[in-house]
Amino acid sequence: MAGPAVRDNDTVSLYRDDGIVLRTQKLGEADRIVTILTRRNGRVRAVGKGVRRTKSRFGARLEPFTHVDLLLYTGRSLDVITQAETVRAYGGPLAVDYPRYTSGTAMLETAERFTPVEKEPIIRQFLLLVGGLRALGERVHDPRLVLDAYLLRTLAVAGYAPALDECAVCGTPDPVNTTGSRSFAVPAGGLTCRSCRPPGAASPAVATIALMRSLLRGDWAQADISQARHQVECSGLVAAYVQWHLEHSIRSLRHVEHV
Amino acid sequence: MYEGIVQSLIDELGRLPGVGPKGAQRIAFHLLATDATDVRRLASVLVEVTERVRFCRICGNVAEEEECRICRDPRRDASVICVVEEPKDIAAIEKIREFRGRYHVLGGAISPIDGIGPDDLRTRELMVRLSDGAVTEVILATNPNLEGEATATYLARLLKPLGLRVTRPASGLPVGGDLEYADEVTLGRAFEGRRLLDV
Ligand SMILES: [Zn+2]
Ligand SMILES: [Zn+2]
Repeated sequence: MAGPAVRDNDTVSLYRDDGIVLRTQKLGEADRIVTILTRRNGRVRAVGKGVRRTKSRFGARLEPFTHVDLLLYTGRSLDVITQAETVRAYGGPLAVDYPRYTSGTAMLETAERFTPVEKEPIIRQFLLLVGGLRALGERVHDPRLVLDAYLLRTLAVAGYAPALDECAVCGTPDPVNTTGSRSFAVPAGGLTCRSCRPPGAASPAVATIALMRSLLRGDWAQADISQARHQVECSGLVAAYVQWHLEHSIRSLRHVEHV
Repeated sequence: MYEGIVQSLIDELGRLPGVGPKGAQRIAFHLLATDATDVRRLASVLVEVTERVRFCRICGNVAEEEECRICRDPRRDASVICVVEEPKDIAAIEKIREFRGRYHVLGGAISPIDGIGPDDLRTRELMVRLSDGAVTEVILATNPNLEGEATATYLARLLKPLGLRVTRPASGLPVGGDLEYADEVTLGRAFEGRRLLDV
């Protein structure tokens, strides 16, 4: 293991933080670049040295989905991990359940996309991700519902919550009941009333709109009893909405299954 | 920066896996200082390898003919297929001399975050190989890390209707590593103690 870097002013720039491993990439013979969403430092990219060797003390702790407590030092281009302790490994139970694994992967990718700037503290996204992974691992709710709830809340935290209780354009309250409109327009920002309906808006079932509301609020009692066809429709709208706001596709979403 | 051709050599070497800019420079100057016949031999092997080596049409292993050495060997047990991520994993398993069946190379692991799904791997080719009923056991020897585990989970579910014995090397393999780095004793033990995957 390499020693800590000594900066110009002779101080060692070590820091400690905990976070969720989002992604790993191979580097050289046996190292990995690890992307972590940390509690205090936002998204951090750091090198784990020798972690691909099966004898590495680190390897398993720096796998995606693992909540790790880290000691790092600031490097010139990438930080370097000097210690890693597992807080909780969410990955193991997910890897043996393919639908949960793919939902979880989509959560990791989304968390990465919603934290575009490295080392910009963004604790609410971190807490949302921990909550989402925990819910996924508890196996109480359908994994796709857990993913959609996570996506909706991530949007809300970023300030992009879809309008579900009023017209996204003119603000008319409860457009579904007051105007009989079922228009959901991604570019407009959610539900619209009849007169604001833009061309090409989707017309989801009333139950689908209700499901989106339940997921955003965390009303699981309602969400859990929703019908499969409404869940599928909800997933499609949420996916379109997230990708519109990110101006980027979430590649993992294509591989998520409905169970 | 160096003059023309020397810099081109450094650039080319720097594109190899595991070789950084410094390493590329070191190799380039080593080659410049090496006897010309030695360098020519290296160059001809490089050319030959790209011209002669291809992938086995059955298992996806590297081969010098249509089919690889293992697929052509009649002494290998045709009833067991060991599924691996890369050809280099075959080399690692062959070293332990424990496994006498045949292989199937997926060409990677499922990694949705990198856009790699089951259809981007040689899963369909595997299903075709299993369709004649000659194979009775499939060992899923994907890497003992999360992506390898998830890939094994996916394949186990895909193979379930075929009613085969689907196994996975024992979990003695340290999690998070690459199969190719496992030592022979550990890998041998993992194969011996392989467990049934029940999905
Ligand atoms: Zn309106
Ligand atoms: Zn072959």
